[in-house]
Amino acid sequence: MSFINYASREINCKIVYYGPGLCGKTTNLQYIYQKTAPEAKGKMISLATETERTLFFDFLPLALGEIRGFKTRFHLYTVPGQVFYDASRKLILKGVDGVVFVADAQDERLDANIESLENLKDNLEEQGYKLENLPFVVQYNKIDLPNITPIEELRRLVNPGGVPDFTACAMTGEGVFETLKAVAKLILVDLKKGSR
Amino acid sequence: MFGSQPSFVMYDEEFRKINVVIERLLRESNSKVIFLVDKNGQLISAVGETEHMDTTSLASLTAGNIAATGGLAKLIGEKEFSILFHEGEKDNLHISIVAGRVILVVIFDQRSSLGLVRLRVKKASEELGRIFDELAKKTAETEKTNKMSPFAEITDDDIDNLFK
Repeated sequence: MSFINYASREINCKIVYYGPGLCGKTTNLQYIYQKTAPEAKGKMISLATETERTLFFDFLPLALGEIRGFKTRFHLYTVPGQVFYDASRKLILKGVDGVVFVADAQDERLDANIESLENLKDNLEEQGYKLENLPFVVQYNKIDLPNITPIEELRRLVNPGGVPDFTACAMTGEGVFETLKAVAKLILVDLKKGSR
Repeated sequence: MFGSQPSFVMYDEEFRKINVVIERLLRESNSKVIFLVDKNGQLISAVGETEHMDTTSLASLTAGNIAATGGLAKLIGEKEFSILFHEGEKDNLHISIVAGRVILVVIFDQRSSLGLVRLRVKKASEELGRIFDELAKKTAETEKTNKMSPFAEITDDDIDNLFK
């Protein structure tokens, strides 16, 4: 649910990065944080365990610039990917405007991807959303590793709806901004429709 | 309702009214900073000594905090915990839910007291509740009369320009 503030002339939108544990959601945000000009970003917050696993969420506020006299701000969140943090994941999805699903392209994580995607759908429906109606993009991460599932097969399994998808290596930044841009664009197009 | 939910809209008039209430609360409760946050973590307004404060992060963490304690409440059969209090060495946080959807955060130190803050927050919450009710009505009416969204005229170029 975007927040349109006529008083301060701002639009605020919430993007959530979802995906199985260790798929690179936090790494996506860290790369965006590193590569964004200081004036366009706020502090990145990571609520993580001592071993740097996300415990509750990561948060990164970004200001993209103006559109029709309104400052556009995107709040990027990640969810904790590990299966047993489901209660926290549900909370973070509240009020979401767009979702990025980060799939781990490694062969052995195929089941984890499918499980996480199902979990995303369930949790969205609990909040009264349907994934098909939300701005949604898919990222196939860790594409640089040797043991990956062929992209066609990944696509068939985690992106049957054919939403915009991107291969990526979040460690080096490949595909990271393309993914972000795609979801931000879908959100703005959604806002433009004005049917909200 | 399946699909995207309506936007939360804030207009100038209500924004001014809200600021009058929270500025008065700031004075009457002798507090340092007051801010209002939407339950999704968007900052609505902040007054007081906000210069050295990362209000965006505060807003997001407050909403996360309220969401987590709300989850706890449900687990023990409560609807929500409407007031949270965090006590620090110097500064304290008083967090409360207004009108079921907005979070009011008061930061205060030894110049005030929990009792005073609670008392003043209660009064201000009623006023804020009324303003948010009006706001919800206004938003619903605007939607009904089908007034053009200011973003209806956004072009693809406008969007592309953001990413240059």
